[in-house]
Amino acid sequence: MTPALDETPKPASAPTLTALFMGFLSVGLMGFGGVLPLARRMIVEEKRWLGAAEFTERLALCQFLPGGNVINLSVAVGLEFRGWGGAVVALLGLTAAPTTLAVALGALYARNAHDPRVQHLVAGLAAAAAGLLVATALKMLIPLRGNLRALAVVVTGFAAIALLRLPLLPVMLTLLPASVLLMRGKPS
Amino acid sequence: MIALLLLLGFVFAELSLLAFGGCNSVLPEMHRVVVDQHHWMSASEFTTLFALAQAAPGPNMMIVPLIGWRVAGAPGALVCAIAMFGPPSLLTAVTLRLWQRFRDHPLRVAAQRGLGPLTVGLVAASAWLITLGTAKTPALLAVTAGVAATAATTRLHPLWLLGTGAVLGLSGLLS
Repeated sequence: MTPALDETPKPASAPTLTALFMGFLSVGLMGFGGVLPLARRMIVEEKRWLGAAEFTERLALCQFLPGGNVINLSVAVGLEFRGWGGAVVALLGLTAAPTTLAVALGALYARNAHDPRVQHLVAGLAAAAAGLLVATALKMLIPLRGNLRALAVVVTGFAAIALLRLPLLPVMLTLLPASVLLMRGKPS
Repeated sequence: MIALLLLLGFVFAELSLLAFGGCNSVLPEMHRVVVDQHHWMSASEFTTLFALAQAAPGPNMMIVPLIGWRVAGAPGALVCAIAMFGPPSLLTAVTLRLWQRFRDHPLRVAAQRGLGPLTVGLVAASAWLITLGTAKTPALLAVTAGVAATAATTRLHPLWLLGTGAVLGLSGLLS
């Protein structure tokens, strides 16, 4: 599919549509709190669909574009081996089961939402989920220590969205060019 | 119903294309549109759906079909999933062939450098907003702080932390 990317050897036979679906299905079902490590293990180490460098190369694209990086990656891998059909099958494999499970959890909760024990349980779960998100933000902040320009962008973005509750699109259209100018020549 | 599904599709397709760095950077915008603008649910319901989505496996975006399901049932879940996963997937497919050529382009490198700290600000805003929604008692806030400290400093699997929060909640000690 992408001649420019096909510089390193692939396994003798490209994965079938079924193999793509099953591979990404397992990643989707086993991945709790982050599917990227599992996706890498499946694609690079277990199935050997891509070499480590090829994987990193595609991941860089998927992280640069909007959307979930592993979701984008499933499309890239599927497209590469089996064209558009492969892309659809890999994407469905990754997302269909977790989507169904999430909705099933939602339905289960809705049916029992009046039960105070369920309310207590979900309140505790939500507090823990918030904590995980805080930890994610902290881990992203640490590499920016001492980088005053980057921290100025972080604080401005935070204030605009969290405190002023401004819509995202105008905030991005304003802050992104400013951030690009501020961060020029700085190591990424 | 058709109008509602179209609106859901439009809202989440737009969100999907703004989601640089994934779902966590557009949570505040999702909250603003779903709760404040369209009044599809309360802030507390939004937080609950976020928590349920975190307890499900898979990519970190499962709050989106859950919102669709809450607003318009199974068709809503389907429409929201397609709207959220579809546009970035198409963009990836179309860009894949060009990536080799523009990967080292100065403008692309500059865009990525600029996006970095902006994404951090947005994820921090998400964390702030979700914590505001969950910290209904000092004990719940303490759970959030404890989980944040543990997750930031250890390699403990997130499921253990979610499970601990749920069990503590069930015990009734937090409310």
